Amino acid sequence: MPVISYREALNQAMREEMERDPDVFIMGEEVGHYNGAYKVTQGLLQRFSERRIVDAPIAEMGFTGIGVGAAMVGLRPIVEFMTFNFSLVAIDQIINNAAKIYQMSGGQYHVPIVFRGPGGPAVQVGSQHSQALESFYAHVPGLKVVMPSTALDAKGLLKTAIRDDNPVVFIEGETLYNTTWEVPDGDLLIPLGQADVKREGADITLIAWSKMVWTCLDAARQLADDGIDCEVVDIRSLRPLDVDTLAGSVRKTGRCVVVEIGWPVAGFGAEIAYQMQRLCMDSLDAPIERVTSDDVPMPYAKNLEDEVQPQVVDVVAAVRRALYLD
Amino acid sequence: MAQIIGLPKLSPTMEEGVLVRWTKKEGDKVSPGDLVAEVETDKANMDFNIEDEGVLLKFLVKEGETVKLGAPVAIIGKAGEDVAALVEQAKAGGSGGAAAPAPAKPADGKPAKGAEDSASAPAARREPREATRPEQDQTGKAAVKPAAKSAAAAARPAPAKPTAGAKAAPAAPAAATASAAAPGRLLASPLAKTLAIELGIDLRQVTGTGPGGRIVERDVRAAAENAGKSNGHGSDDDRAEAAAHDGGAGDGDAGEGDAGDGDSAEPAEDDRAGEARAAAPPRAAATSQALTVRARPVAQDADSDGDWTDAPASSMRKRIASRMTEAKRDVPHIYLMRELDAAPLLAYRQRLNDLLGDKPGGLKISVNDLVIKATALALRRMPECNASWQGDAIRQFHRVHIGVAVAIPEGLVTPVVRDADAKGIGSIAAEIKDLADRARKRALKVHEINGSTFSVSNLGMFGIERFTAIINPPEAGILAVGAVRDLPVVAAGSVVAGKRMTVTMSCDHRVIDGATGARWLTVLAELIEKPESLAL
Repeated sequence: MPVISYREALNQAMREEMERDPDVFIMGEEVGHYNGAYKVTQGLLQRFSERRIVDAPIAEMGFTGIGVGAAMVGLRPIVEFMTFNFSLVAIDQIINNAAKIYQMSGGQYHVPIVFRGPGGPAVQVGSQHSQALESFYAHVPGLKVVMPSTALDAKGLLKTAIRDDNPVVFIEGETLYNTTWEVPDGDLLIPLGQADVKREGADITLIAWSKMVWTCLDAARQLADDGIDCEVVDIRSLRPLDVDTLAGSVRKTGRCVVVEIGWPVAGFGAEIAYQMQRLCMDSLDAPIERVTSDDVPMPYAKNLEDEVQPQVVDVVAAVRRALYLD
Repeated sequence: MAQIIGLPKLSPTMEEGVLVRWTKKEGDKVSPGDLVAEVETDKANMDFNIEDEGVLLKFLVKEGETVKLGAPVAIIGKAGEDVAALVEQAKAGGSGGAAAPAPAKPADGKPAKGAEDSASAPAARREPREATRPEQDQTGKAAVKPAAKSAAAAARPAPAKPTAGAKAAPAAPAAATASAAAPGRLLASPLAKTLAIELGIDLRQVTGTGPGGRIVERDVRAAAENAGKSNGHGSDDDRAEAAAHDGGAGDGDAGEGDAGDGDSAEPAEDDRAGEARAAAPPRAAATSQALTVRARPVAQDADSDGDWTDAPASSMRKRIASRMTEAKRDVPHIYLMRELDAAPLLAYRQRLNDLLGDKPGGLKISVNDLVIKATALALRRMPECNASWQGDAIRQFHRVHIGVAVAIPEGLVTPVVRDADAKGIGSIAAEIKDLADRARKRALKVHEINGSTFSVSNLGMFGIERFTAIINPPEAGILAVGAVRDLPVVAAGSVVAGKRMTVTMSCDHRVIDGATGARWLTVLAELIEKPESLAL
């Protein structure tokens, strides 16, 4: 099976969907002639022309609104944010129009749109560009929120998101674009709302998404040296959330650590922890642990930047707390 | 030093027992293996053999009382020792007096380590980072790790203290924190509580190794393992711990009672809850309230108006209730009925009994004895019916052990005739008579009621023509035998008087299909209708 990068997987997904459905088009800053700020749309302008690969001005509120309108009249826009930090400029369009029009029109208008782009802290880009905003969007009924951790998931989930008749917020891992995975050629669809057990284990369940799945896998490998058998479950989409798979795992292991790269207060991990304690009360041997970034704007200094974010050592410590080993 | 003896686990499923009879007196000297009491469990009356040496200083339980597994029943020690303190402790435990202090452990001279443990815990959060490791693929798929940050993410903490087998040998740090826990609360994780019920562990006897003495999964598993090893008697340390816990067992125990089967023998719960509230710190009080169960008066409910009374269900009754419900719910039964010509069997029986003579107290062969022999032989000939559903396999038994349902005043037991296919009719008859007699006296041993591979139930003596029986899992079948009746039958073209008997085979359809069962009944019919073949 071909091994491709996360970036290539996203590119394949969009290329295949645009070839399949002439209503699909891409709009965003630098998506065409520059081939995308992160080169995700590489080669698409040559393949599909300026009619379907639309370079937009630096005006997120404007082109997001155009996207929502295009979706209302039957097209299937993919709106790229250079990073999701810039989606804050357009958040009114996303929350007040995209998420609500289906309901407010009494079902007359679907809004089949994908908002995609990188999210989460990268490396030394300052606090305004180093944030995980998925908890903001996951808060909103009417939006789906998808966050793939591997190239395989990226392709399968993006293709499904493009075909979805409702707005999907598709947040890519800014530091995951170069990661590779085995991805089959051709039509690959992964349903939204299906968590994926990335590693099976018996002693404790680590729940994560996007980049934190990798951190959890590293922690699991390290803990395995101490005889601790971690199960790592990748939720893949925050909305819809596959609570059944999560609860099944937690009931099996009796312990749970939720790991997210966002801030602690009202972070999406808190929702997962709530669901798990409600569904798995009688199976829990320890309080559910959370690992998050520290409750501060991201520092610029490299050492502090690392310190603020969840690292393997933090996950290991949380696992050991939940197992009463320290 | 004198110590409290708890009620040991005398059958794999017992959660409580009735102390039927003390066979020793207070003041008697005992050595390991001595029979001290008979205890009625959910299965049978069991011998309670002591494992310690000493003098039985004090009985804490009267004959006829119901006792929870592990609860104090007696105090053993040296002659003349003062047991007042232990009696108090046992009482406090028994009534769950939450306000009682829990001083046992420090008295042993062991320091309470809880405080220093918790003080050092937070320090573990950020450990210094070491050099990075080379990147590896952890999934077997060709993957590279996230490019940025991978170095930092892969950084390892300083080598942790050796933790190999931390899960495997969980009991090691036991006793560290329990005695330092706040008095008045029994702390246990939900999983520990669930597990304790499943494994029949009394949480009051378990030492918690979690924060603040919280009982966690590993503690319950360790306790279950110990119970398995020592048949319910803990080590001296365990007992001392147990005593310490007994002082503070109030609401936790109440929670157990709620989830368990509701025990009538415990004192009023209301007092206990009151004490717990009084003694516990404010936050704990709320929880203790939530965990408090209502007292469950039995047989004197104020609502009854005299129109009804509730008799407490015996442990046997509860056992029958749960086993039968489970079997009827989980086993897909099919029923195959067949009417047999019983005349040859009756004649054969008559000949056998004539041979046995009419000695007083002598052996008599019953129809049931012959049916059991026939059933066993039929199973030998068609072993696919001597089987059991195992979830992902069908287990075929190589030996034929027939469970024989025996009604006794308290309910029903099924003693087992082992290798019934290989035994003579006379020895089967003698064995069943002995088993049935002792079943009525509740004197069967566990091995005499376990391990049957197929069962026979006979209600013919009550004039029941035919009935359907519930399978006794893990067996795959049971034969229900009706009465022999005088019926007109057609023989050689004319109606004549005949003897008929209807048998009903209940089959677990997962193991035995209708056609298979029908073929088995044909084999059985041949054996019963040509009873001489039973001797072959």
